[in-house]
Amino acid sequence: MATEFTPIASLLGGMLIGLSAVILMAANGRIAGVSGILTRLLDFKLGGISERPGLFFIFGLIAAPVVYATLFGGWPEQTVSRNFALMAAAGLFVGFGSAFGNGCTSGHGVCGLSRLSTRSLVATCTFMAIAAATVFVTRHLI
Amino acid sequence: MNIAGLIAGLIFGLGLVLSGMADPAKVLNFLDITGTWDPSLAFVMGGAIAVTLPGYALLRRRTKPLFAKTFAFPSRNDIDPRLLTGAASFGLGWGLSGFCPGPALTAISFAAPGTLVFLPMMVLGMVLARRVAPNSAQPA
Repeated sequence: MATEFTPIASLLGGMLIGLSAVILMAANGRIAGVSGILTRLLDFKLGGISERPGLFFIFGLIAAPVVYATLFGGWPEQTVSRNFALMAAAGLFVGFGSAFGNGCTSGHGVCGLSRLSTRSLVATCTFMAIAAATVFVTRHLI
Repeated sequence: MNIAGLIAGLIFGLGLVLSGMADPAKVLNFLDITGTWDPSLAFVMGGAIAVTLPGYALLRRRTKPLFAKTFAFPSRNDIDPRLLTGAASFGLGWGLSGFCPGPALTAISFAAPGTLVFLPMMVLGMVLARRVAPNSAQPA
């Protein structure tokens, strides 16, 4: 199913993500990597009180669509697969992979590339390539 | 630090919604180069890096953040099998669903059934990864 190409909204949205990453580093000295923040929250031995700002970050992330709908008066469009077995497997791979590889699209993709990190560049190229190959197989071969 | 975290999370989430990345269909279409390709995600990454790269460069000239003792910039630069295995597993799940951790969390309030199946499994996956490799507290 085709989606509309939205260069302006996507560029502006991307810049907001960048602004968020700069604010989090300037204020709290932390990388705005969603999997990293969430994983450390789940790790009770290392987490606890010092990770509370991370909990607030997650709250903000979850509250954002409600704020968006209040500001702009419209709920954004979303199409999520109803193949629950596939979504369950995907969730497991995403959670395991981002925690095991120390980063996801935000940590390695946005923040890592902005630090000019070779490690993040390799990770980003790897997950982009595997994800594109996965989509090719599921949409064009199966 | 809590308020700064909340504000950063809100702005991040608004960015995800505005950019269209809270919709897995847009992400999957970015990955579907030979099909119904939608290049929007490249503009999201470009916009984000265009702000973060100079922002981080300016911050590195300062000695410490406003509310914490140090900047926690990651220091590792080695390419180990764990990084590649993790990125490959993440890429597979991302390609199957169109969800990565940020958009999946932001999508909670849309309450799509697929999202509500995806999220607990994602959390389980993270817990499993920490069981397999407990000493991995480093960000990114």
